Amino acid sequence: MNKRPKLAVWKFASCDGCQLSLLDCEEELLAIAETVEIAYFPEATRAVVEGPYDLSLVEGSVTTSHDAERIQEIRAQSGALVTIGACATAGGIQALRNWADVSAFTSIVYAEPSFINTLETSTPIGAHVEVDFELRGCPISKYQLLEVVDAFLHERKPNVPRHSVCIECKARGTPCIMVRDGVPCLGPVTQAGCGAICPAYDRGCYGCFGPAETPNLDALAAWWEGLGVEMPDLVRALRTFNAYAPEFREASERYAQRT
Amino acid sequence: MHKEREIDVAYLARVEGEGAMYLKLVDDQVADLKFKIFEPPRFFEALLQGRRFSEAPDITARICGICPIAYQTSSCNAMEDAAGVSLPDALHDLRRLIYCGEWIESHGLHIYFLHAPDFLGYVSGIAMAAEFPERVAAGLRLKKVGNDLMALLGGREIHPINYRVGGFYRVPKRSELEALEQDLRWGLEAARDTVRWVSGFPFPQFERDYEFVALHTPDEYAIHRGRIVSNRGLDISPREWPDVFEEEHVEWSNALHARVKGRGAYHVGPLARYSLNYEQLTPLAREEAERAGLGATCRNPFQSIVVRAVELVVAFEEALRIIDGYERPSQPAVPVEPRNATGHGVSEAPRGLLYHRYEIDGAGHIQSAQIVPPTSQNQLSIEEDLKRYVEGRAQLPDDELQSQLEQAIRNYDPCISCATHFLDLEVDRA
Repeated sequence: MNKRPKLAVWKFASCDGCQLSLLDCEEELLAIAETVEIAYFPEATRAVVEGPYDLSLVEGSVTTSHDAERIQEIRAQSGALVTIGACATAGGIQALRNWADVSAFTSIVYAEPSFINTLETSTPIGAHVEVDFELRGCPISKYQLLEVVDAFLHERKPNVPRHSVCIECKARGTPCIMVRDGVPCLGPVTQAGCGAICPAYDRGCYGCFGPAETPNLDALAAWWEGLGVEMPDLVRALRTFNAYAPEFREASERYAQRT
Repeated sequence: MHKEREIDVAYLARVEGEGAMYLKLVDDQVADLKFKIFEPPRFFEALLQGRRFSEAPDITARICGICPIAYQTSSCNAMEDAAGVSLPDALHDLRRLIYCGEWIESHGLHIYFLHAPDFLGYVSGIAMAAEFPERVAAGLRLKKVGNDLMALLGGREIHPINYRVGGFYRVPKRSELEALEQDLRWGLEAARDTVRWVSGFPFPQFERDYEFVALHTPDEYAIHRGRIVSNRGLDISPREWPDVFEEEHVEWSNALHARVKGRGAYHVGPLARYSLNYEQLTPLAREEAERAGLGATCRNPFQSIVVRAVELVVAFEEALRIIDGYERPSQPAVPVEPRNATGHGVSEAPRGLLYHRYEIDGAGHIQSAQIVPPTSQNQLSIEEDLKRYVEGRAQLPDDELQSQLEQAIRNYDPCISCATHFLDLEVDRA
């Protein structure tokens, strides 16, 4: 008798780091495997159990027409669908192509561009199908991943705060690096979840977890300008792993006009 | 009437990324064989253009969640080469130390979760745990020690935040490193035990006369820097990479195929490192290699699992040695002023040589980038291995042949996410 919920892990365009977070749960992995049936997880197992799946974790962004169809099939056979990481949730660093001419990108990298099948854009999973929860981060926090899996298994809302990295610095007792050292930091507009590691290592936050809830980008831009940061550098700072997240995208496009 | 058989593995399991294999046999002869990479391209070389030189380690780390330190090291080596900056030994030691952490977590994952199940007949490491709970638990703990080392030095294990051009943002206190010593000593014993365990696996009789290519330094087992050497007489600086190697774009792969100009396929990774740097093995690693019956050269790719275990011993011994001699550097980084120049950087990713080249303008903006990951360098070797392996085994039933060929691919621990995205227009001109 096997009534464990079925878990599936799917990959789209990505670095594999977020699904690796599951294997990095070294102390919890074997317990997870007892609680859920790992039904589809090709990075870890050859075994494939047929769908439907109770919970699908989706890593990566949609960058090919084949993948745009594949995500529809995955949605159809998934009870809950959770995106894991910046690629699946915001399009990832590969979404920088969305401001460029992808055929030029292809010919920069490949000698025979005609062999390459790619879409003009890199888009998050939520642009294609309904998503039940978006877990942010580049990479995600494995503790938040465990929380989300547990929440879905128990049909409760995941406890994943949307406040900014600043709150984590306060909790950790790290003095504000922007105030104390004049180091540009994206912490005030970036969602918590990493544990505010960058300021604790004497560097400014660089936005791995994407926009926090209601981020005040213009206030941050004024701060950065006061620290002597040029507009193109602020635009670049907003255009990394979460470049296509709506709040970062809108602000970077406005600031790009100012240069 | 000809007898035709096809084996088509549409999605390879227990490798990093999206790959496939296709084999066509006609009268038990190989008519077609392809190791295919269909992972969608992410165009890193293109999106790096116009970014600042200092952003390369954070951006290229995102090529691979399993070996980000390799990308951070090769990119920083290249940027420091372009700027004409050299790091003091103490900072090099810290880079070697965090790289040891990456070798431990990556080799630990591959040995216990991706490769050992092939030898013992399990679909996964998790399935293997049902019968070998203590063994798998030890593998997980060993991998965790590597991750803990990366997290301490790098801030976190996946996409570390503390690595920068010129050094680090913050260097640890001696007491912080000492806190890991006990776990590392446990890990060293666990790694020695891993060599003994995997060396008892059944290995097919299969050897190839590879051209091995790896980094080499006279005084230590090369990891984070070195000259590029081979067993066919190659001995070059990283700057000479474009003179010696070339890449080709084939239709069935989103990863370019690399070859030695005028010679062809070559082999990077644990077998190459071990065979070219046997003299530089750390003492216990050498002892375990001898006990495992490995000679000074290993040409059987199926034994790569034993060599990876020997390299785990190297990584633990080196980590302990570096911590033992550690004095906190006075500065976490040396200043780096960009100049109009081209820089070349190499390091030994867990899967093999990783080469980066960047052209920088005087303001520090990247004009062009080239990244050659180990798996794209090994693609030709992988295909040749598969063809040779099928010879004489074509009579095996399809499912058996398929699983053995998958195992032969896993010998390389291919990282397909890494391999998808490479060279620039120079290929065309080559």
